[in-house]
Amino acid sequence: MTAVGPSAGDGGKKKSARRLPGQGLVEGLGVTLRTMFEGAVTVQYPHEKEEPPTRARGVIALKEENCTVCMLCARSCPDWCIYIEGHKEARPPRRAGGRERSVSVLDRFDIDFALCMYCGICVEVCPFDALFWSPEFEYSEGSIAKLLHDKRKLGDWMEVVPESEPLEVGAEIKAK
Amino acid sequence: MSTTDRPVATRPSAVVPEIEVDPGAFRHLADAQMNVELDTGDMVLNLGPQHPATHGTLRLVVRLDGERVLAADPVIGYMHRGYEKLTEYRPYPQIITLINRIDWLSSFANEVPFVHAAERLMGIEAPPRAVYIRTILTELSRIATFILFLGEMGLQVGAMTPAFFGFRDREHVLNVIEGATGGRFHPNFNRVGGLKDDLPWGWIAECRRTMDIVFKSCDDFEDLLMGNEIFEARTRSIGIIPADVGTSYGVSGSNIRASGVDWDLRRDGDAYLAYRDVDFKVWTHPDGDSYARYWVRLQETRESARMVLQLLDAIPAGPIMAKVPRVIKVPEGECWVETENPLGQMGYYLVSKGSTGPFRTKIRSASFSNVSILPWLLQGVYIPDIITILASLYFILGDIDR
Amino acid sequence: MTHLLAVDIGWGWTLAIKTVVVLGLIPLGALILGYTFLLKMMSHMQSRLGPMDPGGFHGWFQLVGDGMKFLQKEDIMPEQADRRVFALAPAVVVISTFLIFVVIPTGPRLVVKDLDVGVFYALAVSSLSIIGVLMAGWASANKFALLGALRAAAQLIAYELPLLLAVVGVVVQAGTMNLNGIVTAQQNGAIFGWDGLGNPYILTQFVGFALFLVAAQAELTQTPFDMPVAESELVSGYMVEYTGFRFLFFFIGEFGTAFAFAALAATLVLGGWALPGVHGGTADLLGPLVLFVKLMAVAFLIFWVRFTYPRLREDQLQAMAWKYLIPIALANILVTGLFKVWL
Repeated sequence: MTAVGPSAGDGGKKKSARRLPGQGLVEGLGVTLRTMFEGAVTVQYPHEKEEPPTRARGVIALKEENCTVCMLCARSCPDWCIYIEGHKEARPPRRAGGRERSVSVLDRFDIDFALCMYCGICVEVCPFDALFWSPEFEYSEGSIAKLLHDKRKLGDWMEVVPESEPLEVGAEIKAK
Repeated sequence: MSTTDRPVATRPSAVVPEIEVDPGAFRHLADAQMNVELDTGDMVLNLGPQHPATHGTLRLVVRLDGERVLAADPVIGYMHRGYEKLTEYRPYPQIITLINRIDWLSSFANEVPFVHAAERLMGIEAPPRAVYIRTILTELSRIATFILFLGEMGLQVGAMTPAFFGFRDREHVLNVIEGATGGRFHPNFNRVGGLKDDLPWGWIAECRRTMDIVFKSCDDFEDLLMGNEIFEARTRSIGIIPADVGTSYGVSGSNIRASGVDWDLRRDGDAYLAYRDVDFKVWTHPDGDSYARYWVRLQETRESARMVLQLLDAIPAGPIMAKVPRVIKVPEGECWVETENPLGQMGYYLVSKGSTGPFRTKIRSASFSNVSILPWLLQGVYIPDIITILASLYFILGDIDR
Repeated sequence: MTHLLAVDIGWGWTLAIKTVVVLGLIPLGALILGYTFLLKMMSHMQSRLGPMDPGGFHGWFQLVGDGMKFLQKEDIMPEQADRRVFALAPAVVVISTFLIFVVIPTGPRLVVKDLDVGVFYALAVSSLSIIGVLMAGWASANKFALLGALRAAAQLIAYELPLLLAVVGVVVQAGTMNLNGIVTAQQNGAIFGWDGLGNPYILTQFVGFALFLVAAQAELTQTPFDMPVAESELVSGYMVEYTGFRFLFFFIGEFGTAFAFAALAATLVLGGWALPGVHGGTADLLGPLVLFVKLMAVAFLIFWVRFTYPRLREDQLQAMAWKYLIPIALANILVTGLFKVWL
């Protein structure tokens, strides 16, 4: 069982060799028998879990205080699964004597994960860093309506958002 | 394949749909002809739309004389999702997400020609690092697709274990793809002008380790399935596509290379991605039968793994995104970009009128043409051979129906 | 213990006890083979573990649970089906399995009926199941089922002859068709005068054994000869319209027959219940256990091949049977006969 290395040019491992009749049948039995003693590669899911990669697109988390109700995410969503409602509120001026500010307040931010294609365009397009990906994937529901996560639930997902990871050698640090 | 408008028999034994049979096509069919003279009546069998061998919803209307196929007619369109039309109403970033789903086994390779078309019209070029990463990921998706094929072909000819090996070993490759792109199946990693992100730390080493698994997996398939005498008996001289017939039907990719046509767009087409910098061999097989198609794909899997290793060594440093405007508008014009995808030649004809989305897109997907040879190919074979041939042509339903 | 077995309790009770034992043995055997090989061995050969949760220890309860599930399922019958035949077919298959167990000895006296034509009888009733399969395929009013059933019928001709001929060598060597006689002949035999091990016929009849395994594989519709079921082509062949407990019957029939054939092969060439030097009452006690161990070894071979190989085509099976298996079997008989006469 010698693996063909990158330099092997003939591709076929033993195509040139003359084969005995029935050799293939015996080799096949050998492969299954060897695999039987090699142990399983599967993970017994509810008891043990695989760690998805940091970048895995599992669930979208919302950092509500960063959101300015700009609707960019909802507009760029390919299947329109983000529902946003908001209103303007008057706030007292920051400095004494200044003008009264108007602030957008988020009333509703729902993502329908039953519709979501997990493309990540919304996360990418958000100019205020209000949306994040988390590799968390265990949020299946018995009822499809429950897959509509409201802003409180989306906010809870912020807890499982991983730290941004280092990049591979040779990568250029992105200038934000 | 103009069969969609034909009335479909409700009581198949009573009504036989008219299937045009070219009498010259009964090449090796002397005894079946005799049975026709005895007028035993043919049986029409609907393979599909839901059938395990059709990878989805391909329907084959097969006219049978016993186990012998007199005529077979693929009926397609059960999974038509209208991607060409959808692209006319979406901006470019969203289209990349959508076309991921055309050939869902090698999604990354789907994105590349489209992004290339947009980039060519805009007159920008992705930085070399992005090009290299794109090439690596394209080859990885080719490996993932082929490893699944190598296993699934076994399942279609009746061996259960290779299929599990296929899924097992593909998983390692998918993990690598997911590590870089965040999506196992639908990376959505290409952007017009480059890539979404750079590689994460440690990815290159992980990818090298995975290539070792791929080599070992290919050895396993060779021992378990390809060398098996029963497998050879089932696939040798089954479904022979002569080179001239194959090319006239538009068969491409590994399928046509298995018929001895030395044609690979990575080497022969317009220069795209980093294939000019890689040393690789284009595998061909003179036989053109199902066995040859399996053999070619097995060799190509190894070849792709070698290419990935070469590319990993040569990956340049630098940015991964060219300078592009925030809102992508493609200037007026049209262009045709074709690439060598795992399933064959895939191309996009993009017409732009200068807005944020294309005016018209024509998608040339490999499986559509590969499947169109079926009526010619399936005449005179036995029922089990239908499955062998379907499996060895290796189509993805999404790639046929789009 | 010996006396207990010899107690005369009247033929009625004896018959009742034997029936219950055999009836219990079929699902039990099917469960054991299904669990050990289909669930566990196959899973491990495919780099996975198979069911791990049901029942606590390595999912041993999985198949029992599946059986219960089948019993609760709706009994669906296709509208166009030939209802009586459709309902009867699974029973025919299971009855054929049931009848094989009648002659398989598990000890010097532990046998339901010690027939003098035991081998002949066992092989004859085993081919009854093909009638059930044909009935199922025809009555389902489904083209896939019909194709599967016709394939099964065509297969019968191809494998039944090698199966019989393969056994003839053993019969010639033992000089009897009585299965218990064959076991005793092996137990009391000698290898070139040395009788420490007896003479298991696998040493002399290895060709016959190989042929028997190949033919049994076809009889059991296991890969590489599973064309009548052929999941990837005929979706399940003759079983395609069956649900619920009728499907369960087919399942039990399939694995019960595998159990019976493994036992038959173990009896014919591996010495059956016999251990060298164990006789009388002890043999009656140990017999079932010994036979079980040997049977599992044969079943391992059967299933190992099943999980490794692709499926042949129907015409290739015919060609193989007529061009290779039958001539080899005839040659085997000839050679065995010559040895029998001159040695």
